[in-house]
Amino acid sequence: MTTQGWLQILLYVAVLVAITPLVGGYLARVYTGQPILLDHFLRGPERWLYRIFRVDPNRGQDWRAYARSLVVFSLAGWLVLYLILRTQDIHPFNPQNFHSATWDVTFNTASSFLTNTNWQYYGGETTLSYFSQMAGLTVQNFLSAGVGIVVAIALIRGITGRSERSLGNFWQDLVRTQLYVLGPLAIIGALVLVSQGAVQSVSHYLTVRGPTGLSQTIAVGPVASQEVIKELGTNGGGFFNTNSAMPFENPGGFSNFFEMLLVLAIPAGLTATYGRMVGSRRQGWAIFSAMAILFVVGVTVAYAAEAHGSPAQHAAGLHTSAFTGSTGGNLEGKEQRFGIPGSALFDTITTVTSAGAVNSAVESYTGLGGAVPFANLSASEVIFGGVGTGLYSMLLFVLLAVFIGGLMVGRTPEYLGKKIEAREIKLVSLGALITPLSALLATGLATSIKTGGRASPPISTPALIGKPQGFSETFYAYLSQANNNGSAFAGYSGYVQPSPGNIGAHGVTVPDLLGGFTMLFARYAPILFVLAIAGTLAGKKVSPAGLGTMRTDNPTFVVLLIGVILLVGALTFFPALLLGPIVQALTNHLY
Amino acid sequence: MRRDIVTAAIAIIVFTILLGVAYPLAMTGVSQVAFPGNANGQRLYVNGKPVGSKLIGQQFADPVRGANGKPKLDKNGNPVTNPDPRYFQPRPSATTPPDNASATTFSNLGPNSTATRDAIASNIQAYLQLEKPYTPGLTAGRVPVDAANSSASGVDPHISQANASIQAHRIASVRHLPLSTVMALISRYTDGRTLGFFGEPGVNVLELNLALSRQMGTH
Repeated sequence: MTTQGWLQILLYVAVLVAITPLVGGYLARVYTGQPILLDHFLRGPERWLYRIFRVDPNRGQDWRAYARSLVVFSLAGWLVLYLILRTQDIHPFNPQNFHSATWDVTFNTASSFLTNTNWQYYGGETTLSYFSQMAGLTVQNFLSAGVGIVVAIALIRGITGRSERSLGNFWQDLVRTQLYVLGPLAIIGALVLVSQGAVQSVSHYLTVRGPTGLSQTIAVGPVASQEVIKELGTNGGGFFNTNSAMPFENPGGFSNFFEMLLVLAIPAGLTATYGRMVGSRRQGWAIFSAMAILFVVGVTVAYAAEAHGSPAQHAAGLHTSAFTGSTGGNLEGKEQRFGIPGSALFDTITTVTSAGAVNSAVESYTGLGGAVPFANLSASEVIFGGVGTGLYSMLLFVLLAVFIGGLMVGRTPEYLGKKIEAREIKLVSLGALITPLSALLATGLATSIKTGGRASPPISTPALIGKPQGFSETFYAYLSQANNNGSAFAGYSGYVQPSPGNIGAHGVTVPDLLGGFTMLFARYAPILFVLAIAGTLAGKKVSPAGLGTMRTDNPTFVVLLIGVILLVGALTFFPALLLGPIVQALTNHLY
Repeated sequence: MRRDIVTAAIAIIVFTILLGVAYPLAMTGVSQVAFPGNANGQRLYVNGKPVGSKLIGQQFADPVRGANGKPKLDKNGNPVTNPDPRYFQPRPSATTPPDNASATTFSNLGPNSTATRDAIASNIQAYLQLEKPYTPGLTAGRVPVDAANSSASGVDPHISQANASIQAHRIASVRHLPLSTVMALISRYTDGRTLGFFGEPGVNVLELNLALSRQMGTH
């Protein structure tokens, strides 16, 4: 650990705290229709979009109508994405002449990008045409992020609503998200990334001959335009196989910092949006505080663990302490330009959110360092979480905490003046438990059948079968897909590439389908529950706060909320975590 | 329902055109004009021919020739190589062949795995074999971690300053240069932290090797 490392982490947290009210305030204006500067330029295009979409933006939708529009739109998105990915043979912008991946891999990929997961059973630069990356994946990077955000906004409207007849209009929210939020930020962000060295080209891969006469083929592509929305929309799917570790995606120290800010900008900002929309900024800050505390603990543990080094390094005779000119630490699967702090911070940020982008190999993290992403995922992505998904998942826990708090003091639980009754708590419990349940069921299924777990031929590494690392890989795969995160212990795979650089990987059907269905179910089932909760809350009368009302904007509540999150996560996942990362964290034994 | 289906179909097509074609191509156009070097991958040229990218690590190695004089190939059909002692050497890479910039990958070696220990030990061995003749007293414990652990991208363009300083002894000796000249070049091609703060410093291996060749007047 170095002072410089801690300073970088400290500066990141400080900047995040500073931009949260700015981003949040802007988002609140966008979704409440208050005037903003961009109106002058975008009001026209916005109206034009409503006209060709044939929608009346002023027509409010109740939760069922809102959910129906969302589901139908998602279904259309899935079909178009699947079609694009399966027709690479006729694509323009396919200079490497890549064929399409097989149907099972494509099912997984389409489900993955639709659900904001961006789990990748393929290597981008060896599988996908530029057209697939742009018209297929980049588009869903924008749209899946938009869908997450609008659900959070609908839930806020439910909480503040006076009538169950309207949660807003799905199409209006979606269009405004793209036009006023994601679009402009992506354009600016892409140029910032190119200025730092990210590539942005549609040319053929470059072949060079180096000083000793060896030839090297260098993949390029329209990278920056996808990279920026990959981070901003907490998507996380890399243009290249090694994601943000590849220098063309993340060329240096500043781009790394910038990408990390893009990831948390909206999830953190939405807490402030929430505060403004419910009329009490303290409510937003309370939620932000609970998230930030858990986040800071995570990054501290990850940095300390990675700086210490791994048992395998020590067994090989390596000294892992930092000294002048060397970062030290567990540098296996990490880049020199990020070092340990830039890797540990990035990894924590992309696993508390649903981004799942990586700039270092998660599988190579130490037991304790790797336990941090495990813990983040086990907390159901509520520590900031994905864009929108983080806030609405966190609000489920807030309602749960209010309910538990109400039981403790013996009063009917109320949140912001609305009574939380049996129906809401049933929906909250279902919504909060579906993701962990999907993760555990899929992991259990995968480990119990031959082709589901790490043992699956032909990708097996016999040395790992039945060992903690092998179990961690399988468990993490389904935990990540159920949480729509997308980061991976990447030794676990669902496709086979016969020889490197070869075109036409073929899939391993079981993990492809199991993962694909897990992602779809764990994304849309909670969304429907959240919208249903929004619907029932919207119709409730607001009762004025009295003396006995439990406050939800003070430190006591923050502690209670953190307690509930830890309790639910630990009770659900502790047995499984014991078998993987915790065993590895507790021992220096090599397997 | 019908209304939703019609709107969804129109919306997905319009968004695909706007966000999937217009936006990335516009960004490409602007980037190619505003930052042509960066947008195309910061190519480095020698005598007008591209020799690599500043951001992408590459191998500085010579093909091993078999008894018949032809280059030996491994089981994947890639040439077997030995590091060229005249050049600074990059970090270990998990790609096939190493530093494959069109099929990047991690090693995915776990923290408690014997396979990891063996891979690290073999990297240390290779490093000692190359450097020890020029740096007597170099032991496994003094090998910088970046020289023993494979990178994340498999094409890490940098090595640590400590690693470069050890290799400098070999370079100076093989190229008959004063050590001070080599050390000066190292500090010249060290990419510091961005704005003096972000990230970690690293020595750009390709730039450094090209500068060495210029220094010698050979390519």
